[in-house]
Amino acid sequence: MEIRLTVQKSYAAFNLEADCTITGDRVGIFGQSGGGKSTLVGMFAGLCRPDQGEIFLDGECLFSSRRGIDLPPEQRRIAIVFQNPCLFPHLSVKGNLLYGFKRCPAADRKIDLSVLVEVLGLESLLHRGVNNLSGGEKQRVALGRAILANPRLLLMDEPLSALDDTLRFQIIPYLKSVSEQFGIPYLFISHSLVEMRLMVDHLLVVAGGRIVEQTSTEQLARSRMEESPVGYINLLRLGIPRPVDGLFAYQWGDGELLTTTANDQQDALFELSSKDMIIFKRHPEAISARNLLQCRVLGTFPAGNKVGIELACGSERLVAEVVAPAASELGIVAGSEIFAAIKASAFRRLG
Amino acid sequence: MLSLTPADIDAIRLSAKVALAATALSLPFGFVAAYCITFLRFRGKVLLELFVNLPLTLPPVVIGYFLLLLLGRKGWLGQLLELAGIRLIFTWKAAVIASAVVGFPLLVRSIRIGMESIDQQLIQASRTLGAHWYDSLLTVILPLSIRGIIAGSSLMFARSLGEFGATIIVAGNIPGVTQTIPLAIYDYASSPTGETLALTLCIVSVVMSLVVLLLHEVVGTRIARRD
Repeated sequence: MEIRLTVQKSYAAFNLEADCTITGDRVGIFGQSGGGKSTLVGMFAGLCRPDQGEIFLDGECLFSSRRGIDLPPEQRRIAIVFQNPCLFPHLSVKGNLLYGFKRCPAADRKIDLSVLVEVLGLESLLHRGVNNLSGGEKQRVALGRAILANPRLLLMDEPLSALDDTLRFQIIPYLKSVSEQFGIPYLFISHSLVEMRLMVDHLLVVAGGRIVEQTSTEQLARSRMEESPVGYINLLRLGIPRPVDGLFAYQWGDGELLTTTANDQQDALFELSSKDMIIFKRHPEAISARNLLQCRVLGTFPAGNKVGIELACGSERLVAEVVAPAASELGIVAGSEIFAAIKASAFRRLG
Repeated sequence: MLSLTPADIDAIRLSAKVALAATALSLPFGFVAAYCITFLRFRGKVLLELFVNLPLTLPPVVIGYFLLLLLGRKGWLGQLLELAGIRLIFTWKAAVIASAVVGFPLLVRSIRIGMESIDQQLIQASRTLGAHWYDSLLTVILPLSIRGIIAGSSLMFARSLGEFGATIIVAGNIPGVTQTIPLAIYDYASSPTGETLALTLCIVSVVMSLVVLLLHEVVGTRIARRD
């Protein structure tokens, strides 16, 4: 997917100007609310008209003020998953799912109902009304409805914001896998860096009506480590735990991690802040932290008065942080062997 | 003893016919007017709103008089219709038009309230899913404003049953032709012996209104339950 965009739009006290080319099949648009993310989404979909400029999707002109082109939304084949599911309350789950499908030209129909219903686990809901579904179910139906419209681009506009934490992380795998499985490129819009890192590799940072940066999610997470109160968040996918003395042992890399909380789901997601790791130059004899990992320093990066340390623990990677004097005192440079201590309670379960 | 004369039965039948026809005639226009006011942005929208709501504040007699000027033999529309061989004044059709004009703002208001409660994003969602604007109108806006349409229709029907001022001017008060229940009651009330007859028709009027309101409630509850 390639989007070329040069647009300008003014509201009463807000001015949006963007000039960029977006390439890739999974791209994020990141920024705080009020920065212009949703306006951009509206412009891509044809719901909001730029004052002037041009928008091209894969070489096709969607909007051009110069040439007087403004394709209506129904001709753009760009589907949206909104923050609120926006399901049609007068239609059943099946009626909602098929709304876009029926309106899609037969030649463009590549995904059919039965396959999608199975992937999203909606079989038992098909004939129900949509008003009594749970939040997560509604958002799955909304996603299915957008995918079944067989769009050439899917816009996900803060699709997880209305859900609570547990649900958020249950829906993410669906968002990602369904789009990948059916080969639909997407733009993922969010103000959450964690969501971004789970959904996309590359993103645009939008603030004050401007695209201020195009970068990788990893790079952004590292550059924000300094100002973020939670530091750099390591995301760990862990399998099935084994109970050990009231704690839970997860297979991780070549060894095991001990945590205080467990998740009965397979492939559970945990977060670990860079601030919750203590670095030792040599093996400490006795320590209360339950996890002591021998790691090799892959590299360091500065973050204000702190230093981020990229660690390799077998095949796994973690990022820890120490204040700059500590880094120089311990002589941490790429290639050093160190020990990282992590409390069992430092792992926080997501979802 | 309360009993109905053949003329009363004619009046009841005519009232129902006029109210039904006026509601049916106004419904498509009311829907379009409500749609324009709710969803479109155009120059002169305020004027349209004022024009639609004007009959609500004008005395029905004034409306009747304007209609007479417009549809009468010397009125410009009346002359056109005359050329086509259509005469409206002093026929039941004139009563329909009078009721339609007087009840129109009530209809538009109710449909508008229904339409305004529709989440704009639902309409946007339908557009991005491939629906043209008229497709969205028929498959999203229409079904979601059905409650407003039903409420407006009942209100309009009930209002038409009671229409008096405009009707008497454009349709007259001809028993068996244009005499609806209110006009018949007016006749009875002005005659010294008509007291019982007037009361009988008043009771009929009350019953008809109750039936309309009851029907509205029943249909409304059914729709709510279906949701």
